[in-house]
Amino acid sequence: MGLLSKKDAKLITDPLADNNPITIQVLGICSALAITAELKASIVMAISVLFVLGVGNVVISLMRNIIPSKIRIIVQLTVVAALVIIVDQVLKAFAYELSKTLSVFVGLIITNCIIMGRFEAFALGNGPWKSFLDGIGNALGYGVILIIVGFFRELLGSGTLLGFKVLGDPIEKTGLYAIGYENNGFMLLSPMALIVVGIIIWVQRSRNKELIED
Amino acid sequence: MSNKTDSNVYTILFAIGMVVVVGTLLAFTAASLKPNIAENVRLEKQQNILYAMGVNENDESSAVFVDKAQAPELFKQYITKQLVIQGDDISEDDEAYLIDIKKQKAIGKDDPSKRKLPLFVGEKDGKTYYVAPIYGKGLWDAIWGYVSMDENMVVQGAYFDHKGETPGLGANIKERFFMDDFIGEHLLGDNGTFKGIDVAKGNADPKNENKTDNEVDAIAGATITGNGVTAMIKSDLKLYKPYFDNLKNN
Repeated sequence: MGLLSKKDAKLITDPLADNNPITIQVLGICSALAITAELKASIVMAISVLFVLGVGNVVISLMRNIIPSKIRIIVQLTVVAALVIIVDQVLKAFAYELSKTLSVFVGLIITNCIIMGRFEAFALGNGPWKSFLDGIGNALGYGVILIIVGFFRELLGSGTLLGFKVLGDPIEKTGLYAIGYENNGFMLLSPMALIVVGIIIWVQRSRNKELIED
Repeated sequence: MSNKTDSNVYTILFAIGMVVVVGTLLAFTAASLKPNIAENVRLEKQQNILYAMGVNENDESSAVFVDKAQAPELFKQYITKQLVIQGDDISEDDEAYLIDIKKQKAIGKDDPSKRKLPLFVGEKDGKTYYVAPIYGKGLWDAIWGYVSMDENMVVQGAYFDHKGETPGLGANIKERFFMDDFIGEHLLGDNGTFKGIDVAKGNADPKNENKTDNEVDAIAGATITGNGVTAMIKSDLKLYKPYFDNLKNN
């Protein structure tokens, strides 16, 4: 990597695997349960968080020396909420269709604990560039898990991917359904997201024993 | 952390400063974008109404409105009359589509005869459509929609929307596979009384071939949102029954 120093590159690659916000830090589980019933929603959420966490981390990092430690959590919350609301308003005014798609996610983004977690754990103690990379890295790590979970939940729950009927038509009984396959409606409910995340954690830790805590 | 930022005075001043800055910023954004947003909302209502009566650019599977820029013109072209029904009075109003259904619902609770019921009469290919707005609540927040009917209260098209239903579950009420199921469904029962349309779980008719069963297939994992759709269809469209009765008698 010519663009980033080794240390900086690690800020991006670490959260993708060995320090993944969902599977290792166990942050952002709530939104991972809520919106992964469909692959499309997962992707939209991943991109939104990428944006908010990248920008938010930079803003908090720039303010890190002037934020009073007693009220830092509230300050962080205010910053992220203001940021998200302003973006939402601008989209509503100039890209109405897009804002309709995203509006549901606004509340989920503000309350996403990955965002608060990264502000608190990283941006408050590091410079803007590093914080930006950390934000992007963690958002990507979050997005990857979201997309994996969304992929399996939509495929097994609805038999579709991004809305396309990849397994055939369950009502007309074509494709896989012709030989008696049925969608697992349980996959659409949030507990199954937790189980899929659990399986990912299991696979990840059995491949890398260092991740197993005592 | 330096000592400076730990003092109470600094903390309070910082908090006040933060509130002022963020508050101003948000107020400024909201105020300066308000006209644009209001215009978008207005055009969307026209697009929604047109969508419900089948004036849209749908492709095979996704719901596509007519172009925003053309919406006012098409709205004028297709919607022949905008009626406001209030008690026994029926009047015409060119801005009936801007009536706030939520507000009217609240008024109707106190005095049903004061509630303004907008109804849009449209013409397309020689056929008359009656489009009525509906409003209710889903799991998290408001849901609403527009249903177009023929003179026998058989649904000709429906558009649903929501403020904050769960993506992938309740939010799917605005997807074609759900909205299209309503087309052709009867709102009246066998004996001509108003029955509405149930968003039914465990529906024995998933292909939706039986149009007179007053049922459409529910979305898995979206029970409460589905119940909300059932409820708003029942409560709001029922109010238009007298209008259609009159229509037939005259």
